[in-house]
Amino acid sequence: MTMIFGIPLQAFLGQLLIGLINGSFYALLSLGLAVIFGLLRVINFAHGAQYMLGAFVAMLLLQYFGINYWFALVFAPLIVGLFGAVTERFLLSRLYKLDHLYGLLFTFGLALTIEGTFRYLYGSSGQPYSVPPQLAGGTNLGFMFLPIYRGWVVVVSLVACIGTWLLIEKTKLGAYLRAATENPILVQAFGVNVPVLLTLTYGLGAGLAAFAGVLAAPIYQVSPLMGSNIIIVVFAVVVVGGMGSIMGAILTGYMLGIAEGLTKVFYPEASSIVIFVIMAIVLLLRPAGLFGRDV
Amino acid sequence: MAQPLLQVSNLNAWYGESHVLHGVDMTVHEGETITILGRNGVGKTTTLRTIMGIIRERRGEILFSGQDMSRVPLHRTAHAGLGFVPEERGIFSTLTVEENLMLPPVVAQGGMPLSEIYELFPNLHERRSSPGTKLSGGEQQMLAIARILRTGVKLLILDEPTEGLAPVIVQRIGEVLKTLKDRGMTVLMVEQNFRFASRVADRFYLMDHGKMVANFPVGELPERMDMLHKVLGV
Repeated sequence: MTMIFGIPLQAFLGQLLIGLINGSFYALLSLGLAVIFGLLRVINFAHGAQYMLGAFVAMLLLQYFGINYWFALVFAPLIVGLFGAVTERFLLSRLYKLDHLYGLLFTFGLALTIEGTFRYLYGSSGQPYSVPPQLAGGTNLGFMFLPIYRGWVVVVSLVACIGTWLLIEKTKLGAYLRAATENPILVQAFGVNVPVLLTLTYGLGAGLAAFAGVLAAPIYQVSPLMGSNIIIVVFAVVVVGGMGSIMGAILTGYMLGIAEGLTKVFYPEASSIVIFVIMAIVLLLRPAGLFGRDV
Repeated sequence: MAQPLLQVSNLNAWYGESHVLHGVDMTVHEGETITILGRNGVGKTTTLRTIMGIIRERRGEILFSGQDMSRVPLHRTAHAGLGFVPEERGIFSTLTVEENLMLPPVVAQGGMPLSEIYELFPNLHERRSSPGTKLSGGEQQMLAIARILRTGVKLLILDEPTEGLAPVIVQRIGEVLKTLKDRGMTVLMVEQNFRFASRVADRFYLMDHGKMVANFPVGELPERMDMLHKVLGV
């Protein structure tokens, strides 16, 4: 049997793949958080709830309307994004004049409310959501067995991350976003409707979380707690990447997912804390994060 | 005389509790270059920011092309035809020179095309891919002015365009303003550099204690010098 660092190659690559899949979710979620924090300066504690909402909307669309995974992949982010936009427009936007802490407290309360409502309606236990038939099964790569759906998650999340990065770095809308992050009053004086930009940004961030939620539904069970389980890790990812850094959030998401996966191979006992250990070290050595700018 | 492009009457403004403008009156006609003079802290920058709508705690009348601007939201001010170049220049560090240049939306026809802007400011063309804040202070000022020229606004509002710049750059900015004047652009600016202002302005407003205390054309400068010395301390 081929060994790598004393570990069977198959086990090594298997955990690497799991790390890459977890990293895909970390990247997608931390990307949305970074986009929202960059422009709105709001630490969106409701992000986990919006991720959970994405998975639930996909499941409910299937249960009540027979809408399959592929359509849910489009509609669930749109529905949750719209919900996010309405929340920002009518509630969150009222807090911008106050200390940033109020935005954090509001989104924290929102997350608890959403999660509590879904726990009341659907219970705490998870509900299954089937892998779409087109992506069922797996393929033998020779050195390991790759479930097709998991490969799909890695590829599609990478495409979504790159697409969002391109939107922000290479388009006019992205230039407005970046400029408004630096000096919103001046961008508004130039004739750009910044309040609408803020609403769209929050909607985009919530939509990205929901997109990750739909992708996650067939892998993890659809549960009201799925958001709160992952969000703390995602916050650690954003801190390591650098608050507000888009590329930092993406790269750190994948890096930490892989670090977590590999720790499971070499020292499984530490796998659940490795991300937080890395966060602590980064905060000590580089408080602005790996890709953040010094404030 | 034709209707003024900008008419400000009894304009008052506040920073929280602090009453800063105490009834500013001024008119700007199309094609004029107007300079507001005054010591530090008399309300010159506040006047510009209040006209732009950046300071919202305001009372009084601001008519631009006959339109009452007092209820126009900030993001519609530029669409009405007012373009603002702030004192700190407001160049965005995460945007390249060209992205900075292309950022403000075009609000009306008649703006300067990019090719012409690069002809007027060749340095910006050479450095169009650099991050905006990597430019020198003078280049950043040129960029701040250039990006407004693209938009087709009718009134260019400049806050201290020569502040902290080397004499050779100040001279270049003077040339640019003269070029703009020849093209019929209306300019309202605040300027501490009295020599510079006297070369480019058609008319002056002198400000003290939050209101205009004098208004005179450039031709009257020699006879007004005593008063200017007294108010400005120059």
